Amino acid sequence: MLILHCPYCGVDADETELSPGGEAHLKRFGPGSSDEDFQDYLFARENPRGVHFERWRHAAGCGKWFHAARSTDTLEVFGTYSAQTTEPPKEICDRISGKRPGWTWRLFG
Amino acid sequence: MSEPVSALSGSAFCGLVRVEDCGLKGMITLRGDLSAAAVKKAATGVTGGKMPSPLTIASGKTGSIAWMSPDEALVMCDYADAGAAVGTMTTALGTTHSLVVDVSDARAQFRVTGPAAREVMAKLCPVDFAPGSFEPGQFRRTRMAQIAAAVWMEDENTFCVICFRSVAEYAFTLLKTAAASGSAVDVF
Amino acid sequence: MSTRLANQGRLIDRSKPVKFTFNGKSFTGFAGDTLASALLANDQMLVGRSFKYHRPRGIVASGAEEPNALLGLGSGDRFEPNQRATTTELFDGLESASQNHWPSLEYDIGAVNKAFARFLPAGFYYKMFIHPRPFWKHIYEPFIRQSAGLGRAPKDRDADRYEHFYAFTDILVIGGGVAGLLAAKTAAQSGAKVMVLEQTAHWGGRAPVDGGTVNGTAVADYIAILVTELEAMDNVTMRLRCMGAGVYDHGYALGYERVTDHAPSLEGPRHRLWRIRAKQIITATGAIERPLSFAGNDVPGVMLAAAMRDYAVNYGVTPGDKVIVATNNDDAYRTAICLKEMGVDVLRILDARDTGGGELMEQARELGIRIDCGRAIGKVSGGKRVKKVAICAQAGTGAALEEISCDAVAMSGGWSPVVHLWSHCGGKLTWDDSLSQFRPDPNRPPTGADGQGFVVPAGTANGEMHLGEIVSDAVAAGKKATQDAGFKAKRTAAPRGVDTAYAPMEPVWLMPRNAEMELRTKTWLDYQNDVKVSDVQLAAREGYESVEHTKRYTTLGMATDQGKLSNINGLATLANALDAKIPQVGTTTFRPPYTPISMGSIGGEARGEVFQPIRRTPMHDWNEAHGADWEPVGQWRRPYAYVRDGETVHDAVMRETRNVREAVGILDASTLGKIVVKGPDAGRFLDMMYTNMMSNLKPGKCRYGLMCSENGFLIDDGVVARIDDDTWFCHTTTGGAERIHAHMEEWLQTEWWDWKVYVANVTEQFAQIAVVGPKARAVLEKLGGMDVGKDDLPFMEWRDGILGGFDVRIYRISFSGELSYEIAVSASQGQALWNALRSAGDGFGMMPYGTETLHILRAEKGFIMIGDESDGTVIPQDLGLNWAISKKKEDFLGKRAQQRSHMTDPTRWKLVGLETTDGSVLPDGAYAVGEGVNANGQRNMVGRVTSTYYSPNLNKGIAMGLVLNGPDRMGEVLEFPGTDGKIYTATIVDPVFYDKDGEKQNV
Repeated sequence: MLILHCPYCGVDADETELSPGGEAHLKRFGPGSSDEDFQDYLFARENPRGVHFERWRHAAGCGKWFHAARSTDTLEVFGTYSAQTTEPPKEICDRISGKRPGWTWRLFG
Repeated sequence: MSEPVSALSGSAFCGLVRVEDCGLKGMITLRGDLSAAAVKKAATGVTGGKMPSPLTIASGKTGSIAWMSPDEALVMCDYADAGAAVGTMTTALGTTHSLVVDVSDARAQFRVTGPAAREVMAKLCPVDFAPGSFEPGQFRRTRMAQIAAAVWMEDENTFCVICFRSVAEYAFTLLKTAAASGSAVDVF
Repeated sequence: MSTRLANQGRLIDRSKPVKFTFNGKSFTGFAGDTLASALLANDQMLVGRSFKYHRPRGIVASGAEEPNALLGLGSGDRFEPNQRATTTELFDGLESASQNHWPSLEYDIGAVNKAFARFLPAGFYYKMFIHPRPFWKHIYEPFIRQSAGLGRAPKDRDADRYEHFYAFTDILVIGGGVAGLLAAKTAAQSGAKVMVLEQTAHWGGRAPVDGGTVNGTAVADYIAILVTELEAMDNVTMRLRCMGAGVYDHGYALGYERVTDHAPSLEGPRHRLWRIRAKQIITATGAIERPLSFAGNDVPGVMLAAAMRDYAVNYGVTPGDKVIVATNNDDAYRTAICLKEMGVDVLRILDARDTGGGELMEQARELGIRIDCGRAIGKVSGGKRVKKVAICAQAGTGAALEEISCDAVAMSGGWSPVVHLWSHCGGKLTWDDSLSQFRPDPNRPPTGADGQGFVVPAGTANGEMHLGEIVSDAVAAGKKATQDAGFKAKRTAAPRGVDTAYAPMEPVWLMPRNAEMELRTKTWLDYQNDVKVSDVQLAAREGYESVEHTKRYTTLGMATDQGKLSNINGLATLANALDAKIPQVGTTTFRPPYTPISMGSIGGEARGEVFQPIRRTPMHDWNEAHGADWEPVGQWRRPYAYVRDGETVHDAVMRETRNVREAVGILDASTLGKIVVKGPDAGRFLDMMYTNMMSNLKPGKCRYGLMCSENGFLIDDGVVARIDDDTWFCHTTTGGAERIHAHMEEWLQTEWWDWKVYVANVTEQFAQIAVVGPKARAVLEKLGGMDVGKDDLPFMEWRDGILGGFDVRIYRISFSGELSYEIAVSASQGQALWNALRSAGDGFGMMPYGTETLHILRAEKGFIMIGDESDGTVIPQDLGLNWAISKKKEDFLGKRAQQRSHMTDPTRWKLVGLETTDGSVLPDGAYAVGEGVNANGQRNMVGRVTSTYYSPNLNKGIAMGLVLNGPDRMGEVLEFPGTDGKIYTATIVDPVFYDKDGEKQNV
């Protein structure tokens, strides 16, 4: 039962107030994109044991989507941040580097 | 028009605490940049009070404003005044990008009163309602058992709870169940 | 015999007798007794039968670890099976019954299994049920079904109440023994919020029974002082009868409080589940004594040594008159000493250690108890009660040196810290050779959200077995948790605990060490699941090396006690058989809850009326009062039909359906989703949301729209109205409002966050009433106030106005093909408007109609229904809805996906109408079969029914379905095998059955 800090309303929300939204920072491919790009956008997902970036919504709270960086094996939370960004903020990446040297996730790390 | 009726027509229950349907309340959803002058003015114009900071409710002479999210406030006033308030707010906002919509009929409001009020609420919501952690003036949207709810305290012994109108009966029964006699927890 | 002693028992009140029954027999105990102590006081040693061999079973422990004394408690709607007598507090009128036997506890036919024991070895089930295959159904399954299960399931609805409670604390202390209390006090002195849970009805744990002093005060008195101090602190919450059931991620813990189990006459919930969030958790959960593995260690009367001491000290009960004590450590000497001092005959202490014990041995000897060192129990004899013990050398194979008659045996194989709660969330263990036990590894604690450890073990749960160390460890744990929770621990010196000096224990995994096969097949590891030493050894011989596999193969530790007594002995046996070290073999996984908790407590308040939220429209009560046969649609309840006296539901549906086409019907459409979309970019946004164009809709007009997911699949449909320049009003399906609102918010917040659009879900602000049928206009005109004529309010337009005195918005839209108005009014006016419309409709034959009529009417018109024609794999193109897919728009959600090769495949099944050749109704969901067979030898499928009804207007069965090349096969007859064995035949036709030109809705 996770607790995630909602960066929008400031509540440390119980998992039962949240709904998960899968992998973060997907780039949308629309009409005109190649079959491969579009297929990857729809279906290809990271499945790491360790550092992961996810989308969550504070559904039974302020209703806002946000991003969370956490470890899928220890459930350590490295930080939560705005949904209005296409990549993780530097300070969160730095924090992860401090705790998990050598981590990578997609193009980040 | 006919006499408007709330979902539960003012039902009440006495157990560990008193639970009552507050009847119809004026409620207006305001979406916009809450820090924009026009938005603040439109909202406070209805209540005669201040704009709330995050996670709080600000009361004025003629109503109160609850902070719902970074771009949403709930303006509360008398039910009879809500229609007019929507009009004045819309006018006040002019071309400012915003949304003002009357939701008075889409909600039910309950009052939970008594020294055990904190306890009754703590049976239903994953929120720390201990004294010092939750106090009058704070406003919290959360989950109450299986439904969405918003709660705040009018005073040390009184909680107000808002939920959707369609689940008013569920919410009322839930509160009655949590307030059933013999179920005191004696923890706060 | 087992009996009550004259004047002992610190927890019982002899002035308050309590009456209870066991298997119908009346017994008397005292207030303060557990059911187990009261049964023993009444010489009821035999309390049940084992699972597999139906062996007689007696009480073996005194607490949560009890594997045998599982009883059915209560009766009728308060009956509950598998309740441990050792943790059941006695109350007046308690009814209890033993389990797992037939016809009676004393004479059990199932006990013949014992005779076949050698045919029921480890892995019996796996080996047996493979061959021959036909035996499964007729022999094996009936046999297993008959003998499976422990206790019987309650038949009646549970009469009790349950609830949850969300608690937040800085430090949670699980266990209210001396260590837990002292750790709590240490933490509380810092000002941190502290919560202490104790599973029994008493503070102090084992210490008052075991004795010793703290700072010169007798430990029992010291505990009383601690409790008084803690109770006086505002920042401390103390809960008795509340078990720490589980520790989970991010400091989440469950407390299982048995509020009225001990006094069912009290008002209030029976159980309360505490859902706790703590910054730090101290596990002061004590330790559990291990049995010794000797032949006949399951005969009633063989008991854990400390349990026997508990019964004597706490309840003044001795399980026997002539007791033999067997041990590999000093602690069991306390039992011998305590019993002897109470006047019980302690015949012998058999100490497996060649050199015996320390100071306690000397004390025992001084009391005149004979002590044999290097000796072991070769075998205990007796059926339903211990009769005699054969003594042998621990170093040998079990040759009897001597036989002694006795009626009780106290055994102690050492102690295992209760590491369950430490381990639940990933805390690791380390093997302590000197005490032969797994204890928490302080370097590998469970970690929380910040990556730091959040559980601190204390006292015996941390492997500290003596009062002096327990006390100092508890204070250290309290300080560590305080600091880790972000508080400043007060600098205080730990109190000094003093306890008798000990000689080291010596591991004894089998008694005697080289017991021969005959003895090993009578040496029990798991009492509840009947697993013996020989079973584990067989598993090892058959190649089982992993403890997890061995557990499942032998069922060791898989019973309701989850191996609290058997795990360590079992894995030591496995390690020996594999010639491996115990830590290499490791433990099985400790999973919550610590002991079983009630289903009622897990459900909490969610039962009966509030099992789930039921959503009600403003006209719900009226609907209910007028014969509504309810249909659940999501959490909403909608009338399926309004059934009149003397009608069947089908009759009502036929009547309502005809009436809409012939006169006028009225429908509660309030459940339809309603979402306002506003802003300078609203048109652009809706063009992305819908497959068709919404930005060019003119204010005052309505347009039917389709929504697809990014995968291209149809997810919702509904009518969109343009309100003004920058405002649209979107209707969704009944089940779709919240989903579609969330879908819109998701795209606005996470993809197009720079677009200026706000959305609001206003579904419940309005009651919506559809007035439908040729006479609909006349009804509205009678109510008056708005012009609703063909030209004033044309088809697919909307108007605001005052209708019959009500502020309304009328949409001229139709889901039935008839002249139709959907009228929206404030929810608080919904019932009044409904009444007004009903009155106005009186002279026109108006009837309310339900969802089934709505379905038949739309099916007659070939209109699709989300969830019938769509199922998450269907795209609009499959449904002939190409007209609603914009070709002009560069992009919309689903557009790219609908260009994928699979989506454009001409062999996708497409929507058609189906008309049975004989007028009957096609079965819902039936598949059409074509030529040939598939790889499984089944007929190839060429289509399926998506909606099917009897149309009273057309007097025949009509259906819609998705069919391979359907639109090109008009007039072809398809075969649909039904589950009833019949083959239905239907002709492919146009899906519009009624008023093909749409004239009626446009009048």
